[in-house]
Amino acid sequence: MTDLLTPVLSAHWGEDKSWKLARYETNGGYRALRTALGMQPAEVVNLVKEANLRGRGGAGFPTGMKWSFVPQDNPNPKYLVVNADESEPGTCKDMPLMLATPHTLVEGVIISSYAINAHTAFIYCRGEVLHVIRRLQQAVREAYAAGYLGKNILGTGYDLDIIVHAGAGAYICGEETALLDSLEGRRGQPRLRPPFPAVAGLYASPTVINNVESIASVPAIIANGAAWFKKMGSEKSSGFTLYSLSGHVARPGQFEAPMGITMRQLLELSGGIREGHELKFFTPGGSSTPILTAEHLDLPLDYEGMAGAGTMLGTKALQVFDDTTSIVRTTLRFVEFYKHESCGKCTPCREGSWWLVQLLMKFEAGTAQEGDVDKLLDICDNIGGRSFCALADGAVACVTSAVKHFRSEFELGYHTPAWELFPYEKSALFAVQGEIR
Amino acid sequence: MSVDTKTTTGEEVAPRPDLVTLTIDGTQVSVPKGTLIIRAAEMIGTAIPRFCDHPLLDPVGACRQCMVDIPDAGNGRGFPKPQASCTMPVAEGMVVNTQVTSPVAKKAQVGMLEFLLINHPLDCPICDKGGECPLQNQALSHGPGESRFTELKRTFPKPVSISAQILLDRERCVLCARCTRFSEQISGDPFIALVERGALQQVGSYEQDPYDSYFSGNVVQICPVGALTSAAYRFQARPFDLVSTTVTCEHCASGCELRADQRHHQVKRRLAGNNPAVNEEWSCDKGRFGFMYSRGEDRITRPLVRRDGVLQPASWPEAIDAAVHGLRAAAGSVGVQTGGRLTVENAYGYSRFARVVLGTNNIDFRSRPASAEEAEFLAARVAGGTLAGSVTYGDLESASRVVLVAFEPEDESPIVFLRLRKAVRQNRLQVTTLAPFASRGTEKLSATLVPVAPGGEVAALDTLTDIDAGTVLLVGERAATVPGLLSAVGALADSSGARLAWIPRRAGDMGAIEAGCLPGLLPGGRPVADASARVDVASHWGVASLPGEAGLGADEQFAAAADGSLKALVLAGVDPADLADPAAALAGLEAAEFVISIEQRLSAVTERANVVFPAALLEEQSGHFLNWEHRHGRVRIVNKNVPSPMTDLRILAALADAMGSTLGFRASKQAYADFAELGAWDGTRPAAPAHQAAAIGQGLVAAGWRELLDASQGNDYELALRATARPAVARVSPATADRLGLGEVATVSAGGVSTVLPLEVTPGMVDDVVWVPLNPGLGERLPVVPGAAVTVAAVSVDEGV
Repeated sequence: MTDLLTPVLSAHWGEDKSWKLARYETNGGYRALRTALGMQPAEVVNLVKEANLRGRGGAGFPTGMKWSFVPQDNPNPKYLVVNADESEPGTCKDMPLMLATPHTLVEGVIISSYAINAHTAFIYCRGEVLHVIRRLQQAVREAYAAGYLGKNILGTGYDLDIIVHAGAGAYICGEETALLDSLEGRRGQPRLRPPFPAVAGLYASPTVINNVESIASVPAIIANGAAWFKKMGSEKSSGFTLYSLSGHVARPGQFEAPMGITMRQLLELSGGIREGHELKFFTPGGSSTPILTAEHLDLPLDYEGMAGAGTMLGTKALQVFDDTTSIVRTTLRFVEFYKHESCGKCTPCREGSWWLVQLLMKFEAGTAQEGDVDKLLDICDNIGGRSFCALADGAVACVTSAVKHFRSEFELGYHTPAWELFPYEKSALFAVQGEIR
Repeated sequence: MSVDTKTTTGEEVAPRPDLVTLTIDGTQVSVPKGTLIIRAAEMIGTAIPRFCDHPLLDPVGACRQCMVDIPDAGNGRGFPKPQASCTMPVAEGMVVNTQVTSPVAKKAQVGMLEFLLINHPLDCPICDKGGECPLQNQALSHGPGESRFTELKRTFPKPVSISAQILLDRERCVLCARCTRFSEQISGDPFIALVERGALQQVGSYEQDPYDSYFSGNVVQICPVGALTSAAYRFQARPFDLVSTTVTCEHCASGCELRADQRHHQVKRRLAGNNPAVNEEWSCDKGRFGFMYSRGEDRITRPLVRRDGVLQPASWPEAIDAAVHGLRAAAGSVGVQTGGRLTVENAYGYSRFARVVLGTNNIDFRSRPASAEEAEFLAARVAGGTLAGSVTYGDLESASRVVLVAFEPEDESPIVFLRLRKAVRQNRLQVTTLAPFASRGTEKLSATLVPVAPGGEVAALDTLTDIDAGTVLLVGERAATVPGLLSAVGALADSSGARLAWIPRRAGDMGAIEAGCLPGLLPGGRPVADASARVDVASHWGVASLPGEAGLGADEQFAAAADGSLKALVLAGVDPADLADPAAALAGLEAAEFVISIEQRLSAVTERANVVFPAALLEEQSGHFLNWEHRHGRVRIVNKNVPSPMTDLRILAALADAMGSTLGFRASKQAYADFAELGAWDGTRPAAPAHQAAAIGQGLVAAGWRELLDASQGNDYELALRATARPAVARVSPATADRLGLGEVATVSAGGVSTVLPLEVTPGMVDDVVWVPLNPGLGERLPVVPGAAVTVAAVSVDEGV
């Protein structure tokens, strides 16, 4: 069973002091950098293009193509910004990566910056994860000391500075233009596009914004070649990636596997649903991706497979919920998150999430009115696709997909509280002290 | 839509290659490239509902109210979801379906209005905006009719004041960011910003600093709901009870179009008018809120005649008799001063009255520091000008460089400031200012400071490079206090090809110049000294001749009155405190045998007058102001229910009749027609002045200007406005502060008068200069003229200030 796994990024996570430079070098670290610096920047871009590395942040945009959009004749400096603002419920792949082997990211940043002719790169890290920020800072410091960063890197004449920047705790700053505003010292709210960041991003200069995992995958591609990378995964979704299983599974955690592995395979790898229970539903890629049920267990978990099921691969954050879970309560919790994280800039997200939470609370309390399910869907219809950025689309996706699969359970909210239908203590992973109803 | 003035014949329409053709609701329309869909739709008569969109602010796309369906973006592909029409420019071949034809757009818009109303308090019956509220109106025209929201609304304590004048009701706010964008993009006072997130997002201000802006009232006007209100107008009226009149502002020479709204014959508020050529849609707070000055006990409503040394109410015939008696006794030894508040019609009346009825050229509008050089400058370069020949707001916008000389636009002509800022922001205009320090206005214009002490401007002009035909030189009225400066500015314009404009401070000044309220000038810039000019005017006025000897200016009149060589004075709108030497002015008034004051309110002049005539307020009369560009701005009667005062013109006409002469007109319309018919002088203009600069004195000199919200009477009785004035401070350079050992507070003395002011040590300021506001709205006034010698001494704080 374990031969399904392809540990590349996570290959050395378990080793002693895996985050130290010495350990990383022992495992072959920074060799890819030497290779890349011996190539022309355009060759690096082409290699990544050829490998068909697609953005691991959720949207799946081809990374090499994104790099090639940077107008090299623009007189302004070019910037690489790494989006390490991982904060969606269920999503937990970048944090362990940066915690365990931050040098993978640092090496990837240097190669990627070289490819787009950037001399300053930023890692915008979620502010709450102080331990990760410290690891990153330490790794960057080590890289400077070893001559991988700074002036004249490895004697090639290439200069690069990396700045690790801590966010201040806003989910919206994972939206790339809000991230740029935040990085510039403003309030993180999405920007009007065009201009797109590739043309006028950070400080109105050409900017590439990539997810941590995307950038961290680059050294391995340089080291082993595009063909090696494409050998893994499916036709249109190449390579390995990190799948994060959480929730009601026996052994939750990170599973690095080729693109296109199925949920059934992942469940087997993780020991299955917890003892005595059955799968009720799962999110394929975090709370903003429409949920799936047991009938989708054999779909390939890649961009095409998920799009075919009306959902998205997202961040491959597979949150697993068993039969003790109230779909109403889960949906409410998700929407509460979006209400809390709505930046407030645009009306549908700001007001709609405010309304959805209150309406869902009625469903949870069993005090919703006949017809409120349709009202819920109509409100979602007025929010989705009308808002300034994609945050609100995520907020309504969990609602509409939940209603799609479990409409009758919502209708029970017209008269019966969710806690009576699904005593909450039963879905707790750990025993709750006191009486269990 | 712009009118192409270059197309002079109707035969062929000039091709417009920049037009883009698209289809909106099945109708083809061609609009300039870059036009936003929302405005292209307006051109076919479709109003797409909107809140955050404002044509003078950068698009933001925040409210999402203006959603439209775009089945074809011009490339054959459509958008799967509706799009905001306020942020998307048109494209060739684009197909747009608005709420008129698209059920998807319609549903998106209805849904958005439902969202906007869920957290709105719906307190329209007690809201100032009710009746003219875009939210209310669009909820009715595009809204769902009934809300499905039965849950809890978000609430906030209300209202909070973000300045003494502006109050914020966060519950009503729809977070369109118009106010914050205005304060950042237009006026450059970003003291308010959106803070917090989600439904708790709100307009916030700094904890310590209020929303400190001369333009704060505009945010009330552009707020699409009743979230921002002014202390002045709160709960004063319902919009549908107001009667609106378009007027021109009486406060400065910017010439803003305003809308005065009255109820029960009392002006309740004023709003910025929509005049794209002048103030666009903005106004300053002084113009907006400064209309209460006639509401005090000191308003004069009937004539007063001095009997036994005491001013007593009198009938009009009695007062006219008394005035005529006094004027006859003076036998032509009369001086006339007209101040800065008069419409061009009234000023023209005084000009004709002085020449024809009194037979004198002793007339001057300059109740402020002035000079003979300035009179020559005005005669040579300003008087007889027209809008077509003048520098205009549009020229400021298209200039490549603007040099400010003795001119602080934010304080002295705020709409000029806004236009300059727009040009700086949009057209990369370079602004250079010759000033003692970089003021807030200077910083907001990103202007290059050439630090000069008063008097140093002449030498500084020589150091400027790259002055060419794309440059505009803007010189303020304070230039009169610097010998040689107006000569030098004029010479620079002549030698470089740069354009030159003189910007006075008061609304009536340009009209007074054109009306001939100067000792050496007849109407239309005709020189008194030119016999043919005199004949021109005399024949127009139907008199045999006009006096040919040069008259006395304002300062000279007071001096002559003091030494007995001038017997009588006729004063309108003159405050002695405004003059260079207030004491000399008061001495002249005291010494004059006979003083007639034509005034709206009791003043230092009426106190010393023999006869006082009550003059009508601006809101009670019609006429025109000429702004700094020579643009004629109309003044219409706002309040027809006048207690009793007559206009200056009618008083003058009555006096002329009683003197056995005639003014030739008594109504504003007649005067304007007469003035317009006479027109501008087409003869030889007097030579431009060529005065030498004076040597700059040693020691500390004063610098200063009048701030916009100063202690002038125009701001009286509007307490919230006065409270937003900038507190008086004295400014010195760090080196000067060090040299004199100055601390936080200083005593500044000039001419035997001392004031104690907080000291602001200002980096980059020129040394050995003490800047003080000349007539501060908050704090003590130091009567001083720029360039005068001053002394500064440290005050230790525990001496008790």
